[in-house]
Amino acid sequence: MAIKDYIRERFFPQMWCPGCGHGIILNGLIKAVEELGLNKNDIVMVSGIGCSARISGYLDFHTMHTLHGRALAFATGIKMSRPELNVLVPMGDGDALAIGGNHFIHAARRNIDMTAIVMNNRVYGMTGGQYSPLSGYGTLATTAPYTNIDHPFDVVDLAVAVGATFVARSTTYHIRQLTDLIKKAITHKGFSVVEILSQCPTYYGRKNKEGNAYEMMELMKQTTTPVGSEAKKQNHDLIETGVFVETDKPEYCTEYDKIIERAKKDN
Amino acid sequence: MNEKIIKFVQGNEACVEAAIYAGLGFFAGYPITPSTEIAELLSVRLPQTGGKFLQMEDEIASICAIIGASLTGNKVMTATSGPGFSLMQEALGYAVMAEIPCVIVNVQRGGPSTGNPTHVSQGDINQARWGTHGDHSIIVLTASNHQDVFSITVDAFNMAEMYRTPVILLFDEVVAHLREGLTIPEKGALDIVDRLKTSVKRGVDFHPYLPREDGRLPMSDFGGIHRYNVTGLFHDMWGFPSSDPKVVHGLLRHLVDKIENNVYDISRYKEYFLEDARTIFVSYGSSARSALHVVKNRRARGERIGLLELQTLWPFPAGIVREKCSEAQCIIVVEMNMGQVLQQVKTAVDNPDKVFLANRIDGELITPTDIRNIMRLIQGRGV
Ligand SMILES: Cc1ncc(C[n+]2csc(CCOP(=O)(O)OP(=O)(O)O)c2C)c(N)n1
Ligand code: SF4
Ligand SMILES: [Mg+2]
Repeated sequence: MAIKDYIRERFFPQMWCPGCGHGIILNGLIKAVEELGLNKNDIVMVSGIGCSARISGYLDFHTMHTLHGRALAFATGIKMSRPELNVLVPMGDGDALAIGGNHFIHAARRNIDMTAIVMNNRVYGMTGGQYSPLSGYGTLATTAPYTNIDHPFDVVDLAVAVGATFVARSTTYHIRQLTDLIKKAITHKGFSVVEILSQCPTYYGRKNKEGNAYEMMELMKQTTTPVGSEAKKQNHDLIETGVFVETDKPEYCTEYDKIIERAKKDN
Repeated sequence: MNEKIIKFVQGNEACVEAAIYAGLGFFAGYPITPSTEIAELLSVRLPQTGGKFLQMEDEIASICAIIGASLTGNKVMTATSGPGFSLMQEALGYAVMAEIPCVIVNVQRGGPSTGNPTHVSQGDINQARWGTHGDHSIIVLTASNHQDVFSITVDAFNMAEMYRTPVILLFDEVVAHLREGLTIPEKGALDIVDRLKTSVKRGVDFHPYLPREDGRLPMSDFGGIHRYNVTGLFHDMWGFPSSDPKVVHGLLRHLVDKIENNVYDISRYKEYFLEDARTIFVSYGSSARSALHVVKNRRARGERIGLLELQTLWPFPAGIVREKCSEAQCIIVVEMNMGQVLQQVKTAVDNPDKVFLANRIDGELITPTDIRNIMRLIQGRGV
């Protein structure tokens, strides 16, 4: 199928700024779904609130645009009711890890089979460039005019620590890798996290003098390296990309089916 | 033939049995006194019926999960008390806006804050009406005894489907924890409203937010044959966000009118000795038990006194209250708060000066003696 078979043209033009990384993620996600040969009718996309969260409206899946931070909780109700569906949950960094941090760690802990995609632009784009828990120490934001003193999460470390069974990272510069990782995450049975470093030229880029979208993506190329590479040993500041964890653990919906069997037998 | 099942249970269990009777398929919750028994009992009962019970990380997650589950075609419920109910308000508004059927039980405790967890109160009447932001309308029901808890819970599920709206069951600690007999009606004895599903065929453009002529809005199970968008933003008939003034105005009117225009169908109440009553108690929940006790005693002595027991609190049945109280010389609202229903009754009747409050706000059940003493004060006879 062509890209346009996956989108809702009625909804275009999209609302993102020129150069916003979120559009590249939309593109990679469509490619991933297409290459996996998934039926649009078998995909549910649940998003929260943010520039990132608007991704759901553009896609011709079953789409639910929910509340800031709560997408995983809504998605849990859907997945538990219809375990056969592929549930994709794109989230902004603030969405997933500030207001939604509690749902993020608990969904991962349960190992419920869904794909969380953290569209990490290190800023609250939608509300105009305030710092997020991913902005990082020493950055600037509209609410950190004297520099940010908040230390960031490492999304990958966090996801691993709380029990996600597939954890990966890519960037909008690495569109092929990004697509492959989303494919792997969707195929994985269990809670998958893919962090994708995205660019917000309008706020993060401007405030932190990282230049335009092109320059921001160039910077992503320079500051990242494949996981386990020699370069990382030389330069500890490099951000690793690739797959960090891929393990098996009892999946929540499957386990609940066993509960039903047990309850029916005991009754 | 089904056999009648008679049980000796708490009000919370009556609610659980009724939810299952009504077809509950999914529950998510977080433990909180005095509602916890509902979650505990459902963790046993739901999987026995093939349904699903989830203990979530908090009340926000709980209500979000049931909203998601409802979209896929399930009948859903969550249960909580004041602090948890406060946390649920944002998502409650989402269910109003996206028109997603769900039932939310709030077994009231004393508030504000953590308040008086193990004691009785009826302090959340206005929160249930106005807790979530923005203009909206909502259905709030209550009951005073276990048989009524059962039937009103079934009503709650039915109205949630009928009007595609969250329905709040506002019980109180006394009714929730008191043990009394409950007869579980035979299957079919009570009407059950099932989900109204669209007849639009696969491949035909489906408008998830285009009401039928009768105002009802057929649904298509999420994940089923129609793909559509659901959002908490104002939206057009496709479920796409819109800030077009016409769309915004039309949707808000629809959300309010679908409930306010049906206030008579939604109103549930019971009346005791109202025909010739000169003094009328208006009450609900466990307070109504004490009020009824006083009414029966005084009737036995020939006094013209009666009780209007409200089971629908919102939309407030103002017309019914006005009509039933039109001949009364004295109307006494019996409740366990500082006059939340009192204000509604005063607005509803012709002469607000004849409306008085008999209340208790100390976490103890208002007793028949309390009511008698307050009546003496109202009548200027001293205690
Ligand atoms: C409960 C609540 N609080 C605050 C907001 C306002 N708000 C909307 S989006 C957003 C942050 C968005 O940042 P992020 O999740 O990183 O997504 P981005 O826009 O950067 O893609 C905030 C604070 C809201 N909608 N709801
Ligand atoms: S504000 Fe930033 S995140 Fe939002 S659309 Fe513009 S570039 Fe993208
Ligand atoms: Mg962001």
